Amino acid sequence: MTQATADVTLAEESAPRAAGRRNRGFLLRRIGFYLIAAWSAITLNFLIPRAMPGSPADSVIATLQQKGGALTADTVASIQKIFGQPRTNIFHQYWNYLGQLAHFNLGLSTSSYPTPVRSLIGQALPWTLLLVGITTILAFCIGTSIGIICGWRSGSRLDSTLSPLSTFLAAVPYFWVALFALWLFGFQLGWFPLAGGYDPNSAFGSSPRFWISTLQYGLLPALTIVFSSCGGWLLGMRNMTITTTSEDYVLLARAKGLSPRRVIFRYAARNAILPQFTSFALALGSILGGALLTETVFTYPGVGHLLYQAVSNRDYPLMQGILLMTTLAVLVANFIADSVYVLLDPRTREQGE
Amino acid sequence: MRAAVLGSWKVRIGLGIIGLFTLAAIFGPWFNSVVIGYNAKALNYFAIGQSPNSHHLLGTTSTGQDVLAQLIAGSRNSLLVGALAAVVGTALAILFGVTAGFFGKGVDTVLNFITNLFIIMPVFPLTLVVAGYLQGTGPVTIALVIGVFGWAGGARTLRAQTMSLRNRDFTMAMRMIGESRIRLIFVEVFPQLSGWVSAMFLHGVIGGVLAEAGLAFLGISNPDTVSWGTMIQNAQQQNAILNGQWWWFIPPGLCIAAIGTATGLINFGIDEIASPRLRSVRRAVVKRTRRRTEETSGGLPQPEEAAV
Amino acid sequence: MNALASVPDPDDDLLLDVRGLTVEYAMAERSVTACADIDLQLHRGEILGVAGESGSGKSTLITALTRLQRPPAVTTAGQILLQYENRRLDLVQLEEKQLRALRWNTVSIVLQSAMDALNPVMRLGAQFADVLREHEPRISADSIVARTRELLGLVGIPDNRMRSYPHELSGGMRQRAMIALALACNPGLVVMDEPTTAVDVVMQRQIIGQILRLRQRLGFAVVFVTHDLSLLLELADRIAIMYAGRIVEIGTSADIYAAPRHPYTRGLRDSFPPLHAPLQKLSGIPGTPPDLNELPVGCPFEPRCTHGFDACRSDRPELLSIRSGSSQANGHLAACHLHDARLQPPALPTELSAHVDR
Repeated sequence: MTQATADVTLAEESAPRAAGRRNRGFLLRRIGFYLIAAWSAITLNFLIPRAMPGSPADSVIATLQQKGGALTADTVASIQKIFGQPRTNIFHQYWNYLGQLAHFNLGLSTSSYPTPVRSLIGQALPWTLLLVGITTILAFCIGTSIGIICGWRSGSRLDSTLSPLSTFLAAVPYFWVALFALWLFGFQLGWFPLAGGYDPNSAFGSSPRFWISTLQYGLLPALTIVFSSCGGWLLGMRNMTITTTSEDYVLLARAKGLSPRRVIFRYAARNAILPQFTSFALALGSILGGALLTETVFTYPGVGHLLYQAVSNRDYPLMQGILLMTTLAVLVANFIADSVYVLLDPRTREQGE
Repeated sequence: MRAAVLGSWKVRIGLGIIGLFTLAAIFGPWFNSVVIGYNAKALNYFAIGQSPNSHHLLGTTSTGQDVLAQLIAGSRNSLLVGALAAVVGTALAILFGVTAGFFGKGVDTVLNFITNLFIIMPVFPLTLVVAGYLQGTGPVTIALVIGVFGWAGGARTLRAQTMSLRNRDFTMAMRMIGESRIRLIFVEVFPQLSGWVSAMFLHGVIGGVLAEAGLAFLGISNPDTVSWGTMIQNAQQQNAILNGQWWWFIPPGLCIAAIGTATGLINFGIDEIASPRLRSVRRAVVKRTRRRTEETSGGLPQPEEAAV
Repeated sequence: MNALASVPDPDDDLLLDVRGLTVEYAMAERSVTACADIDLQLHRGEILGVAGESGSGKSTLITALTRLQRPPAVTTAGQILLQYENRRLDLVQLEEKQLRALRWNTVSIVLQSAMDALNPVMRLGAQFADVLREHEPRISADSIVARTRELLGLVGIPDNRMRSYPHELSGGMRQRAMIALALACNPGLVVMDEPTTAVDVVMQRQIIGQILRLRQRLGFAVVFVTHDLSLLLELADRIAIMYAGRIVEIGTSADIYAAPRHPYTRGLRDSFPPLHAPLQKLSGIPGTPPDLNELPVGCPFEPRCTHGFDACRSDRPELLSIRSGSSQANGHLAACHLHDARLQPPALPTELSAHVDR
């Protein structure tokens, strides 16, 4: 070993230790971003009703009085904390708002008075998590796997048929596919029920009949979501796989004589999935939007449908509550996705933002 | 590059579809009154819920309105909202993206943070809620709301592009000469970005159409307007599915789907040109060549010793 | 001058015999010939340099030689005869499955940029382990570690780097790691695609030195592809010059340096001024390489050649044996009509008949 190489080697020995330090810095920065984002979401939630024309606070109070007669002073105060206290300094209002939020008090729903917003969301949340959570992951996995095959065998019959098809499917709006599916499979063919999340005749949560009916009612919405969103993932993964396949490290892997399966998965797909994963994280926000519409079409008792009802009824407290919850949920999901990404790609531990 | 883009059949079909709908948007009401003979909003209680027939090519709604006329007239409102939303969105994207990319440092940190925030946040629920608060929900208002919440993705792209442009030699040279930064932005940077901006605008139009349809479906629309979204919403409210009136909600959905497909095709086409690797070579061509060579040269030359 | 150059026995040690290799790119409209009628011989332990500009077909040659090409590239003619365990195998005729068993054992490659060639999400050690395990399924984990350590030691990389990811290594280290990787299964032939182009001159020298030392120690042959002729003059035993998809001259490096017989080779050689020579005007080669889609009917170099005559425009020259002045003219071939007596060429210009001693 020449002197030059010896010197270079010595200098580089400390690299592994430095890498560990950079790791931590990166993670801290990301946490910082999400904390600030969460704070921004809360603040935005605070500002929106105060920025809107008219006085939402008064309108809420008026609606509630119409429904339930006189309101206690506490209730009025809590409403004003969310929507706007007259004659109070805005920072004071902000402070009160944060305080109320810390107690998980999101106010009372006007359309389902006197149910607190918190419980309404609590009831609807599991349905949405079940439907949207499972189907999104399913669509991602299916789309990505087929995308790998299409990308590796680009130009083959499989690819030439699936790619244009996926383009079309990815472009069709969710809710229309939902309507179409509902009409075709629910109405015309009668295979699936037309509305709801479970059999209204069975007791909630107890019998096996209830659980089976959840599957039955949930299948069509689930299939719709998987069907429409699969295409986007397929195309993305296909394109990334094609790009990755022409990279030098895949060439080297083939030159090594490794089995095709190993080359495809350990070398090509393993690298192609990184940008795919990033777009998955970024798409979480719009997936939620799509779920909102799908639930509405199928009258599925999830958070999306709840929001729709809230907007239709101008139920401001409920609207605000759902908005805040969904925003925070998306932030948490993004944070998880980010962290997983760091595990997947060793290079990110080097870079900051 | 532009010529290559227009040469791709995918792009051409995509643009064709959009062109068709733009024509419908511009000439719609005229077309309705002259060619079809029905006003989109005209009620006709003698022709309720008719399936497609010779008088009403796409049937009628539950209040006797001609579906085809509504479809054509609706394209105007849908595309109008889409275009306006795209203008607002693109303007904001340029404002945030180019400024952040060009000035860098503190300005960049702040603007970039806001951009990232809007990218991550669930935009549709946010749009829905804000639209829900607003009392007037005419097309302009809706377009503004969609635009204000939908610019983030474009801003990120423009920021990246501007940053790479800023670091290029010619920009650095001009800054060294003392060229004012504002002038640099308008004269040097913008022309380079024109391709991106036009793609973004197109995307914005289509996104706007989709968002408007979604919002209308959820009830956020002016009761006077006829758009594809309102058609579907009315159909839903009048239980078109239960009544089997498929002609009411399927055509507007197909139109929206067509516009969506147009985007997809254009994107696909542009992608293929930007990175030629994505242009897949048909395996059939390769096999054909191999076969042809074997035929003409009488097969490959025989090896000296049989291979393993 | 490469002091280790020896003239190998022409028959016994013949490792690689390429005959008439032709590679085409099959497009929808027509095919483009990237390499045409390539004839090469390589003996055990020999270093063959392949020099050419971009578009000369040298990159296609690499993937063709190692049978790694993907559609639309197709090998349409020729044989690649490899000597393997007392048998001669034609790589062109072998199926992918059979080829896979031979890969890395017989032929390995070193690519241009190790940053792109090493899998960014796998640790360095793992990238050695997977190829070792592929070709020796029963190998123990300990043996893998030991062998990896041995290989990295050959190129001067410390053990603790086995757990590093490629982006954590310096450029020179990555390149050396790739060379070590290429030697993992004791191949008889290593094909190198411009391994020194992406590094600085100092590192270049180190890597060349490393290759020569390793060759001395392990006895593998090398096909070294590059655009830098001056490098090959130092490193290679024999040099082939490629132009427009064909070999236009081939000979020992001594002959190529001292007595280039093709105008293109001479132009290439003269583009690199010697460090110690007196000041002289640099001459480049005017014009640009031809478009492979539209090759001229005659000699492809003719449009840029200052010595062309009638035959050059109508007939493409074949490789002909050259008898050169004083040196051992061992297999010195050039594809130039000026050396074809049958065509009654004009008088040979002095530069193409002279013999320059270093």
